[in-house]
Amino acid sequence: MSAPTAAPAAAPGGRRREKIDELAARAGALSAGAGGESLFRSAVRRLRRDPVAIIGAVIVVVFLVVAILAPFLAPRDPYAQTLLSEVRQGSIPGAREGFPLGVDQLGRDVLSRLIVGSRQSLVIGVVSTVLGAAVGMVLGILAGGLGGRVDTIVMRFVDILLSIPGLLMAISVSVLLGANQLSLMIAIAVTQVPVFARLLRGSMLVQRDSDYALAARALGVKRRKIVLGHVLPNSLSPVIVQATLSLATAIIEAAALSFLGLGDPDISRPEWGAMLASAQSVLSVRPELAVYPALCIIVVALGFTLLGESLREALDPKFRR
Amino acid sequence: MSGVQVPQTPVLEVEDLRVRFQRRGEPATLAVDGVSFAVAPGETVGLVGESGCGKSVTSLATMGLLPKRGVQVSGSVRLDGQELLGAGDRTLRRLRGKDMAMVFQDPLSSLNPTVTIGVQVTEVLAAHRGMKGDAARTEAVDLLDRVGIPDPRRRLGEYPHQLSGGMRQRALIAMALACSPRLLIADEPTTALDVTIQAQILELLRDLVQGSGTALVMITHDLGVVAGLCDRVHVMYAGRIIETAERRDLFARPRHPYTGGLLHSVPRLDSGRGTPLTPIRGSARDTIPWAQGCAFAPRCDVAEDDCLVEVSGSEVELVPDGGTRELRCRHPLTPATQTAGAPS
Ligand SMILES: Nc1ncnc2c1ncn2[C@@H]1O[C@H](COP(=O)(O)OP(=O)(O)OP(=O)(O)O)[C@@H](O)[C@H]1O
Ligand code: SF4
Ligand SMILES: [Mg+2]
Repeated sequence: MSAPTAAPAAAPGGRRREKIDELAARAGALSAGAGGESLFRSAVRRLRRDPVAIIGAVIVVVFLVVAILAPFLAPRDPYAQTLLSEVRQGSIPGAREGFPLGVDQLGRDVLSRLIVGSRQSLVIGVVSTVLGAAVGMVLGILAGGLGGRVDTIVMRFVDILLSIPGLLMAISVSVLLGANQLSLMIAIAVTQVPVFARLLRGSMLVQRDSDYALAARALGVKRRKIVLGHVLPNSLSPVIVQATLSLATAIIEAAALSFLGLGDPDISRPEWGAMLASAQSVLSVRPELAVYPALCIIVVALGFTLLGESLREALDPKFRR
Repeated sequence: MSGVQVPQTPVLEVEDLRVRFQRRGEPATLAVDGVSFAVAPGETVGLVGESGCGKSVTSLATMGLLPKRGVQVSGSVRLDGQELLGAGDRTLRRLRGKDMAMVFQDPLSSLNPTVTIGVQVTEVLAAHRGMKGDAARTEAVDLLDRVGIPDPRRRLGEYPHQLSGGMRQRALIAMALACSPRLLIADEPTTALDVTIQAQILELLRDLVQGSGTALVMITHDLGVVAGLCDRVHVMYAGRIIETAERRDLFARPRHPYTGGLLHSVPRLDSGRGTPLTPIRGSARDTIPWAQGCAFAPRCDVAEDDCLVEVSGSEVELVPDGGTRELRCRHPLTPATQTAGAPS
């Protein structure tokens, strides 16, 4: 691999770094073997034959539809404490006609809260991933496109970020910025930045050494044009894969942070992590109240992970047929 | 073509070019070791030799395309008298594509897979001729048409993978010649192509270059390419030129045992049916440093003790060998050995 690493690898940040670099290098071989069919088309063709990809895609699509149409799909008002009068110390009404998953300790319909809560996960996941990817990509372009001293400085910074465990960093940032939704998204975005930066930079370094970049240089095309017009577009596929996987991480981290009380200060708003947290106090009475949101988080995260991994395989030239 | 005997003012003069690769923790390799040659306007010069002898490195050094880190280049490279070694990045960029251009071996990987042919062609026009929009498109159509690409207007909107190998190389040639450069370097431009396409591409290069007075450096390991195209030939071995001759002289009377071996290892129409093909024994890796003797000695059938510096006390030099030839050999082939097939 051609990417010269700035500093000797140190565990565990070092191992994460190596993994990222390996992914970048592998994706670098993409354009080389591109044969008779366009990369995109053959990737789609293989995705459609891959059962894992299909399962992932179905989960993701269902999640997206539910989140977008939540107000219309939710059978009841998620804020209404309809059955509060029936809640006693040590007993919460279970599933019944009109409340298929029962109610929580404030007598609110659990199904409706789960459905509406999916919106939070989607918004936080998408916003933080887009934010993290955007900042990370700018750093990656600076490092991979300019090289030299800029590269060294940017990558040192990125490696420091990378050596801090994601959740720890998210918690610190979130505490620093105060508990609200925006700071939650920023906190998660910060954990995504170094991954995207290093991935894009590694992928760009590989592309910069490619034949077409050399050929463009031999024609006197300006460096800025080569970097932005040729190298960058060819370096994006690992970034797209990473963005899919990052959505999974972001959704889990969002839930974890609001579980810890670092999310939206309005605790009545339905959110999976917060629901998990409030279910804790009645765990012995109705454990299902914790199981439902936990399942939602796991299944959605799994969906994005399955889709991301099969996307990576589909785009990997090693698996081309 | 071979009538060009008195060289005019050369377009390209390479003098004592040396390229040393120095990687951390690895011994340095002298990939090009004192190469000199010149190319006149309209002339086609061949650089011939086995894989790894330094042909590509010579051409990249000429174009100023070698990486800066870990590479030392010395000597002199002049384009129309202007020194290129040590010239600034900006100066070199302006010359590349305009006054000197290059065509590479693999047309598929030399084109960006995610960008249309049209964008890639007009990019050159924008860089050097300030052409944009419709003017650039019209010129691009014209350029593709000139290199024999049918339906050029449609091709502009297509991606590299939609073109055949030959068409891709034609498109790359069109890009290289977009600004009518003074010098064109073609580094094995036909190696990655089907045999039938190879001939067409060579013919195209010959026609384009002949019509314009462009100096062409043809890099190849294929003597068939040399036979069809080159006026003069430099044979390289282990980073040095070992024989220089007019094309006809070289084919009729190879003087260096390595050249002789090359000629006997390729099928030729005039070599009679019974003549067996004899590859040169050993491989390009079986070599000794020039400082210790002739690098070809380990593979040479007519080597003598005095081919080693230890015995003779001096390196084997490249010396004039009558008329327009030069030779780096202590025991060159004679008319007897030249016609007797492979030296044995
Ligand atoms: N980037 C590099 N770093 C170190 N050594 C290199 C590098 N590029 C080339 N070399 C060395 O320079 C020598 C000449 O290589 P070059 O590519 O010029 O050979 P060539 O004659 O073009 O061969 P081919 O026919 O395979 O293209 C080789 O032995 C190679 O090991
Ligand atoms: S110098 Fe000696 S070893 Fe080298 S080619 Fe001539 S005869 Fe062979
Ligand atoms: Mg080469």
